[in-house]
Amino acid sequence: MLEFKNVTKRYNNEKAAVNKLNLKIEKGEFICFIGPSGCGKTTTMKMVNRLIDVTDGSILFEGKDINQQNPVELRRSIGYVIQQIGLMPHMTIKENIVLVGTLLKWSNERKDERARELLKLVNMPEEFLDKYPHELSGGQQQRIGVLRALASNPPLILMDEPFGALDPITRDSLQEEFKKLQKELNKTIVFVTHDMDEALKLADRVVIMRDGEIVQADTPDEILRNPANEFVEEFLGKERLIQGRPDVTTVGQITGGSPVTVQPRTTLKVAIATMRDKKVDSLLVVDTGNVLQGFIDIEAINLNYKKASYVDEVMETEIFSVTEDSLLRDTVHKILRRGAKYVPVVDDQHRLTGIITRAALANIVYDTIWGDGMEFENTAAEVE
Amino acid sequence: METLEQFISYVSNNGGYIWVQFYRHFLMAAYGVLFAAIISIPLGILISKYGKLSSWVLAFGSIIQTIPALGAMAVIMIVLGLGANTAIFTLMLYSILPITQNTYVGMKNVDKNIIEAGYASGMTKFQLLRMVELPLAISVIMAGLRTAIVIGIGVAAIGAFVGAGGLGAIILTGTNATDGTAIILAGAIPTALMAIAADVIMGWIERKLQPVKSSKTRTT
Repeated sequence: MLEFKNVTKRYNNEKAAVNKLNLKIEKGEFICFIGPSGCGKTTTMKMVNRLIDVTDGSILFEGKDINQQNPVELRRSIGYVIQQIGLMPHMTIKENIVLVGTLLKWSNERKDERARELLKLVNMPEEFLDKYPHELSGGQQQRIGVLRALASNPPLILMDEPFGALDPITRDSLQEEFKKLQKELNKTIVFVTHDMDEALKLADRVVIMRDGEIVQADTPDEILRNPANEFVEEFLGKERLIQGRPDVTTVGQITGGSPVTVQPRTTLKVAIATMRDKKVDSLLVVDTGNVLQGFIDIEAINLNYKKASYVDEVMETEIFSVTEDSLLRDTVHKILRRGAKYVPVVDDQHRLTGIITRAALANIVYDTIWGDGMEFENTAAEVE
Repeated sequence: METLEQFISYVSNNGGYIWVQFYRHFLMAAYGVLFAAIISIPLGILISKYGKLSSWVLAFGSIIQTIPALGAMAVIMIVLGLGANTAIFTLMLYSILPITQNTYVGMKNVDKNIIEAGYASGMTKFQLLRMVELPLAISVIMAGLRTAIVIGIGVAAIGAFVGAGGLGAIILTGTNATDGTAIILAGAIPTALMAIAADVIMGWIERKLQPVKSSKTRTT
């Protein structure tokens, strides 16, 4: 869909603003460019519709080099939304929405129809068509700005911090609206922002840039889980990394110590003694290779005490277990749904390595809300 | 009181003559500003696009403005001879600065974001000028024309010295006559009225061309 090949941009032979950038964007993908001021994110975006010329390398849009295309026609086929909105103050909302249509010499009926159709997408009443931009609120204006970009139904839309100038509540609702719209219309979006929350919320892939180079380009989950380096970590911020933990923590990270186990050929008598000893009401059954076989609990023993004498005769073999590298997020969900008190953790050979109890989960929730306790100590130290 | 009576009798006796000169005066000012506009508006657009030119052009315009109108007219008369053409040419020169300057300012004041949005929507440079920049700058350009025509009406009065006629001729007659105050007034008052009327009318047009309209005040 869109491909950057060794793209370099130099202003007046100074240090490169964008340096040998390589990136491939698939159709329907929502890409966020993010980075500190002057990292080249806006420059990168503006090179796509040739508002800024590429110094070196090439950009392919739907397989064709953009430098081989007429810039005016190229721009008409790529939507563009800016932070300052930039609606034409002397044109009505309708004229603004179908501006590209006017340039493409659409008939008046077609323009009328398209304007109505688009206004419906953002749930604005048709009265707005004859109003002027200054009669609308900031949020409404930017909705129109987005509609203008959608008017000619372009496959690609470039957005330069489109929600940056809006108040937080409006921004939030516009982000959600827009994300929904993007999914519905299956547009490819290149979105520049400096707001990490926005990027993590909207993007399919986040491209973190610094000094004209890509530091990391990954899904939000992957970036939170494996920040490429300290710069990314710092950019994400400690707060977000902690908040992001339940999403990205793996089971292995919170697995608690050694669960109480028995061998399959143990007698029930011994099993009961073990339970009493360790003050538990169920035991995990493992073989000599520590491979998980099943579990046995006090009720099963009670029911079958007279009929059976060995653990393997009464144990429940259908046991729900999780692997070490599965996501805690998914695991929590399963545990809650099954109403299990604990879940054994196994490695890829199905060998028992640990156990997750409800208490461990409660601790995670606690940490998420209150931090991991380190902050308290730090602030305490600072106060002293 | 005597002057007033003289004034009234002069005006009632020479009404037709005053009207002819009034009309001639107005035409001179209008032509001068019109020719100036034909040169200055494109010039103003040009210097707004090529920033380096702007300081030179505007400085040159200011220099013209500092030359006394009478002196300029005398020099131009050497080339163009006596008559209305000299007067029109002079007041054209004086109109160039206000119109160029206002066009330049009007074009520069168009929000850069709006231009970027238009450009990124796929407008050609000409479309951008026609659909965005000129409509947004037009009221400021009109303000320049308004200033120019008011200055022009004043300059045209001096045109009488180079035989251009107009209301200046009546003033000149008055200064040459003994006790000519009434005749001077008969030339000066219409000149002043013309300037005021031009200012009011141009101001009205300027407001009409305000780019930012309101849907409520629209006349449909």
